[in-house]
Order: sequence, then C-alpha cells, then structure tokens
Amino acid sequence: MNMIQALNDAHKVVMAADEDIVVFGEDVGYFGGVFRVTEGLQKQFGKTRAFDAPISEGGIVAAAVGMAAYGLKPLIEIQFADYIYPGYDQIVSEVAKMRYRTAGEWTMPMVIRTPYGGGIFGGQTHSQSPESLFTHIAGLKVVVPSTPYDAKGLLISAVEDPDPVIFFEPKRIYNGPFDGHHDKPVKPWSKHPASEVPEGHYTVPIGKAAVVREGEALTVLTYGTMVHVSLAAVEENGIDAEVIDLRTLVPLDLATIEGSVKKTGRCLVVHEAPRTSGFGAELVSLVQERCFYHLEAPVERVTGWDTPYPHAYEWAYFPGPKRLKHALEKVMAD
Amino acid sequence: MSDRDPDLRRNAPKLQLHVPEPPFRPGDTPDFSSIQVPAAGEAPRPDSTAAAAETHSLATSLVRVLDDDAKAVGPWDPKLDADTLRKMLRDMVTVRVFDDRMYRAQRQGKTSFYMKCTGEEAIAVAAATAMDRDDMHFPTYRQQGLLISRGYPLVEMMNQIYSNRGDKLRGRQLPIMYSDKAHGFFSISGNLGTQFPQAVGWAMGAAIKGDSRIAMGWIGDGATAEGDFHSAMTFAAVYNVPVILATVNNQWAISSFSGIAGGERATFAQRGVGYGVASLRVDGNDALAVYAAVQWAAERARSNSGPTLIEFFTYRAEGHSTSDDPSGYRPTNEAKAWPLGDPIERLKSHLIALGEWDEQRQEALVAECDAAVRAAQKESERRGILPQQGNENIESMFEDVYAEVPWHIAEQRDASLREARD
Repeated sequence: MNMIQALNDAHKVVMAADEDIVVFGEDVGYFGGVFRVTEGLQKQFGKTRAFDAPISEGGIVAAAVGMAAYGLKPLIEIQFADYIYPGYDQIVSEVAKMRYRTAGEWTMPMVIRTPYGGGIFGGQTHSQSPESLFTHIAGLKVVVPSTPYDAKGLLISAVEDPDPVIFFEPKRIYNGPFDGHHDKPVKPWSKHPASEVPEGHYTVPIGKAAVVREGEALTVLTYGTMVHVSLAAVEENGIDAEVIDLRTLVPLDLATIEGSVKKTGRCLVVHEAPRTSGFGAELVSLVQERCFYHLEAPVERVTGWDTPYPHAYEWAYFPGPKRLKHALEKVMAD
Repeated sequence: MSDRDPDLRRNAPKLQLHVPEPPFRPGDTPDFSSIQVPAAGEAPRPDSTAAAAETHSLATSLVRVLDDDAKAVGPWDPKLDADTLRKMLRDMVTVRVFDDRMYRAQRQGKTSFYMKCTGEEAIAVAAATAMDRDDMHFPTYRQQGLLISRGYPLVEMMNQIYSNRGDKLRGRQLPIMYSDKAHGFFSISGNLGTQFPQAVGWAMGAAIKGDSRIAMGWIGDGATAEGDFHSAMTFAAVYNVPVILATVNNQWAISSFSGIAGGERATFAQRGVGYGVASLRVDGNDALAVYAAVQWAAERARSNSGPTLIEFFTYRAEGHSTSDDPSGYRPTNEAKAWPLGDPIERLKSHLIALGEWDEQRQEALVAECDAAVRAAQKESERRGILPQQGNENIESMFEDVYAEVPWHIAEQRDASLREARD
C-alpha cells in the first residue's frame, strides 16, 4: 500500500466509525482530490460527508471552525500547503486559540491535511514546507508522517485527538520512498517494510518519535521525505548513525532526542524547509540546551535555501545527497 | 521606440487616485439631507420563500416600519404584542445603562477597555427577540444586546469585563469579547470578520445533521472588506446555507468612514445581489423593522429557502471604544443630526402611541434598569477588578492551550511559578 492508499484507508476507517466526521476541500468530493487521497469517500459516505469546496482556503478553515463549534469533526484538505496562507488567520487566530480563549468552552477538534514539500517540479507555489509557521503557534499540533504505516496510524490519531492537528503529507513520497537521487527511479512502497498497512483501526501515537535506524556515531533528527534521504545518505557514507523520524513536531518527543544525542555525542538536523527560523533552529537550540556537555562537535543543519522555491533549479535547491554528505563529514570530522 | 516612452504619451491625461472622504470633518456642520430615507411602510415584503432575485430591489431601499408619528405601518409590520415591545424596550434600556456604567468603570481604571453600542441597541435586541432561543449567534463586538435579550446574567458579563475571579474565560480575553455556549453566543475575535464564515460553517453543520436550528453571523461595515466576508457569502450561496448574515453599517470603522470599506458606490446589502443571496437593507434604528427583517430571514432559513444578507443602516453615536476620540475625525454633534433618530426614543414613542406606555413608566424603567446594573456591578466587583488580577493562580495561564498540558508548556509553567516566587 502506498501512502495515498494508506491515508485513504484511514479516512474510511474513521468515517465509518464516527458519523460526525465531515471531509471537504477543493476537488475532494466526486473526484477524490488531486492526489486521490479522498477517492471513493463521497460514494461510500454520501455528498454531505465528503464534498467539494469553493477555492477559498479561508472559507474552508472557517467553515470547519463553525462545524467544530456545532459539534462535528471536520477533516479538511488544503490542496497544497502553499495554498494554506489565505486560511492562516483562521488557523492561527481561531482554530489554535479557541480552547484557550474560551477556557475550554469551545474546542476545535479538527484535522487540516495538506501535502507539502518539493521534488515534483511544482515550482514555488506547489513545493513549500511551511511547518515552522505552525509549530510557532500555541494550540496546534503538527504531524508529519514518513511511511504508509505511520500515515494511516497518525491520521487516525489526529482525528481522535481532542486538539486541532495540522497534518503535513510529504507528497514526494506519496508513491514510494525517495533517497534524494532524483535521476534514479523511485522504489515502490511495496519494497519498504512500512508499506505493510494493517486493515482496520490502529494508531501511531502523536508526540512519539521513531528511531528508524539505530547507531552509535551520530544522531540525525529529521521528518517527512528527509527521513528517507537521510537514511540513504548515512548508508552511502558508511556512518553508524542513529536516524530519528520525529513524526510529530508539536508536541516534540524530547526524551528520544535527548537520549540519542547523549549517546552519540553528535547531531545533524535535516529538513526541506528554508534554514532561517526553520524548525531545525528549534531542534538545535534544544540539543544545545539539554545535551551541550555530551556534544563532540557543533550541531549541523541541512536545509533548503533561504530563497523562494525555484522551478528550474529544483535539484540545486532540494537538500540531497551532496549536501548531506558534506554535513555528515563536517559533524564527524572533530 | 517603445510605447512606454514618456514622449509618446505626453498628451494622455494624468491618472488620479480617488481616496474617499466623509462628507463632514471636525468643525463642519453635519447635514444628512442627502441620505435617502424612504417613508415607513413603503418597501414591499416578498414571501420569505421567494427567489433571492425578488428581494434585490430591497438592497437599495430601506425597510422601515415606524413612521414619523411612531406608528407601525406597511407590510413589514411584525404586529408584535405590547408585552414583547415592552420587553425589547427594557432590554434596550438595559444595554444603554450597562454601557454607561461599564464605560465609567473603564474611566475609573477598573478595566482596560470598553465598547458602547449607543444608537445601535435596537439591532441586537430585536434580532435576538426575532430568533429562537436555541439559534446560534456569531457576533462581533457591539452585540451585547444579544446576551441581555437572552437573559444572560449581567454579573457574568461584568466578570468577563473585569477579568476577575468570576470570569469564566479565566482572564484570557479582552473585555467585551464575551463567550457563552449555553446562550448561543460564540466567542468574539479581535481579528475582524472571522466569525462571519464561521456562522456559515455552523449552519452547514446544522444542515448536514438535519437540525432545525439556524445561525446568524454579524459583521461591521468596515470588516466587509475582509476576505472572510466574501468567503461567507460564497459558501452561504453555494450550499444554500440556513444562515442570516448581518452587516451593521454604523458608518464608522474607528476613524475611517464606510466609504473606505467600499460603501460609497453601492450599499452593503447590494453585495448579496452578486452572490444570488436574498438581500435586505433595513433601518437599524427601528426595532420593529429589525425584528421583521430577521424574522423573515429566519423563516427563509428554516424552510431551506436560503441565506439572507441584511444591512442594518445605523449610526455609531459614540466613539469606537474607550481608546478612541471621535472628535479627531468627525463633527461632535453628528450623531444628533442622524436622520433615523434614536432607537430607544422611537420604540418608547411607539408604545406611548399605542397607549401601552407613558413617560412616567419610562422613567421608572430607566431607574429600575439602573438599579439592576448597579447591583450587578457591586456583586461583580466583589470578585475583583482588572488591576487586582494576574497574581494568583498563575499556573492557570498554562492550561487550556491543549487538552493536556504537554512537557514544554509544563516546563514553562514551572519556570513562571519560580519567577513569581523570586
């Protein structure tokens, strides 16, 4: 099962279990979404539970706020993370703050799913990684899966969570894992252990990272598409690295991070998003605050560049094997 | 040679930017004679299930019921009984007295901020009266009359204004940004316009679940320029949502007049026409007209005939808030020149014309409301005023961010408690 199918399956599991779940967004109804994550939902659950929305991300999020206030549980799609900005005020000022400002009288249990990231020649409006804009906002939970198994389990957890969850889907790996070598064919998910997705209901807990590769020499902190790129890079460079897939950025699994860095003494942070004020800055700060006396070398970051996403220069922009190799060598040098 | 060469364009006229200006500035004598005020009773009343297009002529006229002799006339007369009229009058007087007391409390330093709705009391009170008790409101900040009409305890409102120990919102919201689920009053946001499409979403939820309750969203004339206004209208029209969308055009958004929001060339009600939404423009200082319009729109929503946009045409008689000095941007006596009169005076005169009221009873009513507000204020102030707050129970500041307190917020809570002890 690929990640799209796993996410689709998660929708079917939660919608069958809870009649209050309503799915809507641009093209999600009859057609099933431009990436087909919501395919078949309208047929199975009817037009009023899975339907198309006007091209109005502000309206989509606001309608979800109203529905959540009514007592429904909206599970909405923003077609690309790059389109989320017209809905940003509703997310930041309303969704995130409603429980707090009403002292729990009104809560906003909703999931905002959105495909993020580059590597598909999507240009600057179909490639961004805006997760740090949301990790900075109190009241939101931010989740990024990296495998079909996690995608289904985390989405079910997100739907069942009492708090609003922004669910970033790494669209570069919707169809298969990606090792950063864009000139080589992508391996299908069927060759990856996490493509075995159980039927029915199961969850992957929010707030719990996964150690996807154990190692002694270095800790790599990463999430989403970059989990696969990082795994490939440490193998290619022959480094006994521990690779941690954060899976949830807020709330962060600090214990796993701290335990690993204290063990290895070295740390590399990898994400697709631009460097300045990216989530990596938060990770580096936490490691510095908590693990400073265990560190053998400065913590390094591998990130996208601080430019808008350039279409023709995509592979010069995207953090890939060369950038990782250079950073790995630097962290391991001392 | 390019056609962008300035030499080739030397005979073209210079382009000009139009920046709207209100007709009067401080020092001018206000004269509202240019405002078209149709006679009461003139506007036709289509059936509430009529096609939206049948209402579109009402987007430029003005639905009015009370005439110059304070008599109810025309097809929009809701023919309310005297008890209902007296209840509305009492609620409107309570709002005005409450506003005056709380304004004064702010000036005395008991709270940080207050916003009066002087001159607009009929709008929220009559709308609340026309809606069912279990319908839902998504208000903006000048609809305190919704709560008062629904019998919300004045003490609770004041507790929220003082952010005191009795404040159910635990001191987290700006005064006047009330919230009360049980009274069908959604949490007010300082980011203007957000509540308008939320009302649509709530009503979509009601329609999805086959409920019979409807929602009403509220926005000011200034905030109609926000994208949220247009999202709300689009969603309301697309899904034929059982919602009433109200724009309170009180002519002023802090210091910017309604022309800056786009009200110079078309009425705000006319915006409904382009969306295919039923649209009414209503005399907001006429409690009977407000009641009739909301009742009509509610019937329309309940019968699945679609949403309604209502523009309540009124005037903000006071400053925007306690932080505003309107003498800096408009004539001081402008409110008195407003051609639609004072809503409380008009309803009172109507009841007197019906033989159901008199000046002595009005005086007694004002005194009674004043006593009730003073008593509530005394009781609320026993629970504290704003300057006394913020030192006890600091850990509560870290609750309700999430359902459970995550580790990073727990760490910060502990740090804040240490800081408070130092």
